[in-house]
Amino acid sequence: MTPLLNWLGTLPGALTQGLIWGIAAIGIYITFKVLDVADLTVDGSIVTGAAVCAFLLSKDVNIWVAILCAFIAGMLSGLVTGFLHTLLGIPVILAGILSQLMLWSANLLILGGSIIALSRFKYADKVLITAESSAQNINVYITIGILLAFCVVIIALLYWFFGTELGMSLRSTGNNLEMSRAQGINTDFTKVLGLALSNGIVALAGSLLAQQQGAANINMGRGAIVIGLAAVIVGEALCAKATANFAVRLIFVVIGAIVYWLVYQTVIFLGLPSELLKMLSALVVAIFLGAPYLKKKYFANNKKKGGAVNA
Amino acid sequence: MLKLSNIHKTFNAETVNEKRVFTGLNLELEDGDFVTIIGGNGAGKSTMLNVIAGAFKPDEGSIEIDGIDVTNMPEHKRAAYIGRVFQDPRMGTASDLWVEENMSIADSRGHRRGLRWAITSKDRERYRELLTQLDLGVENRLTTKMGLLSGGQRQAITLLMAAMKKPKLLLLDEHTAALDPKTAAKVLEITDKVIAENKLTTLMVTHNMRDAIDHGNRLIMMSEGKVVVDVKGEDKKKLTVEQLVNMFSAAGGKELSDKAMLSN
Repeated sequence: MTPLLNWLGTLPGALTQGLIWGIAAIGIYITFKVLDVADLTVDGSIVTGAAVCAFLLSKDVNIWVAILCAFIAGMLSGLVTGFLHTLLGIPVILAGILSQLMLWSANLLILGGSIIALSRFKYADKVLITAESSAQNINVYITIGILLAFCVVIIALLYWFFGTELGMSLRSTGNNLEMSRAQGINTDFTKVLGLALSNGIVALAGSLLAQQQGAANINMGRGAIVIGLAAVIVGEALCAKATANFAVRLIFVVIGAIVYWLVYQTVIFLGLPSELLKMLSALVVAIFLGAPYLKKKYFANNKKKGGAVNA
Repeated sequence: MLKLSNIHKTFNAETVNEKRVFTGLNLELEDGDFVTIIGGNGAGKSTMLNVIAGAFKPDEGSIEIDGIDVTNMPEHKRAAYIGRVFQDPRMGTASDLWVEENMSIADSRGHRRGLRWAITSKDRERYRELLTQLDLGVENRLTTKMGLLSGGQRQAITLLMAAMKKPKLLLLDEHTAALDPKTAAKVLEITDKVIAENKLTTLMVTHNMRDAIDHGNRLIMMSEGKVVVDVKGEDKKKLTVEQLVNMFSAAGGKELSDKAMLSN
């Protein structure tokens, strides 16, 4: 029974990680699904969020102010990507890579090195969520509760936002650029706004991650986009109902992130060498991203060829 | 209402693919004009609509809409004055958004999009009423994804969306060309109705000579970026397809496309 108990002991940790990465994945959903672009800024902006939060905590700033500043710093990084893309005409993938690289330097400057450790003795009273993740520790349940509250508030706010005229114009920009311009939407503005909002949320997740891990580390964002995409894709797969509304979709993105970390912890638990974990994540995302294409290519002949667009 | 003066436009200038579309195009429309446009492939019909809408900037010349110089106004700002329907039914609407969401996007055209809730129950009633007028059974599909509707339904809704804010100018770019004949006729019928009800100044490009004669109060024929035939009022009412073909040859126009010939 000991292995089972040990495995169960990893669950609260997986849940905490899943909820934090679920918030990051909600940010990624805004660019990947709503705006229909892959934004690689997030590998940098999640660290920026963590770094800003840890730096301010180390300067005795209130945790809520620190989190807010992390969010704003993330928005600014998204703004940079947005301007590189819309003002300079750089393809959005490349714009994201460029900002990611700029953020690497910015993050080193903020961290004043490669790491700011948040000692759990010194900062225990200051942070919202704990670095502890053992099932015996009551703090982990408080942490999970706080993270759930974050998810609920963020999803509610986004549900409201994407129901407003402005939010609607973001959705239409991602869906049909030509039509959006013809309907008077400044698509450059909506793209920049979407990128800023997305990276703000990702950085907010980064600030939570720094508290949960007890440190902000220059390397903590490596592959963040892949983890986020995995959560989005798994969430979409689990949310079978095609007509599900926006809030439900976002809830499933968070569930997707939790599933991702459960699988991750389980695979580690089963003894997979940790060197292979990132490769595994990337392969899983590649398979999910490629599946619709392969399905279309190899199973299209079985179906009747579709008629013209008219009817 | 619309004034194009001395428009020049060359694509891929100074390359082997250089294409001079306009070398001094002039056109003036009166308030309430409904102009049909015909012409062979490459005559510049669609390019003209795109220049008016702001998708391309002319190299030279000016564009005025209702006395306002819009030559350098970006496309999204000009959209406040212009309603558009494209040839491809997929182009005029957002496929993954609901019918009512598409309509609300059109409803916000010309004013600042802020943090007001986009669709109130009052809006929804108004959209339903508008859709009922189409008589296509779409009034009960407000929360259906646009992409699930047929091409004809989408074009009809795009028309409604284009006319919703009573634009100064309605641009129809072969908006029935991708539809089957029966649906095309229905969409044209709706077009006439929408234009008459809202008294819209309209430019309608068509491949079909019959349609060009039957609709509108003025007909222009384009060739090599110039207006080569311009028929108005009583003269237009009496026009026949045969006369039109003769006029076209007389004006030195290139062969009309097969599609236009076949539709005689």
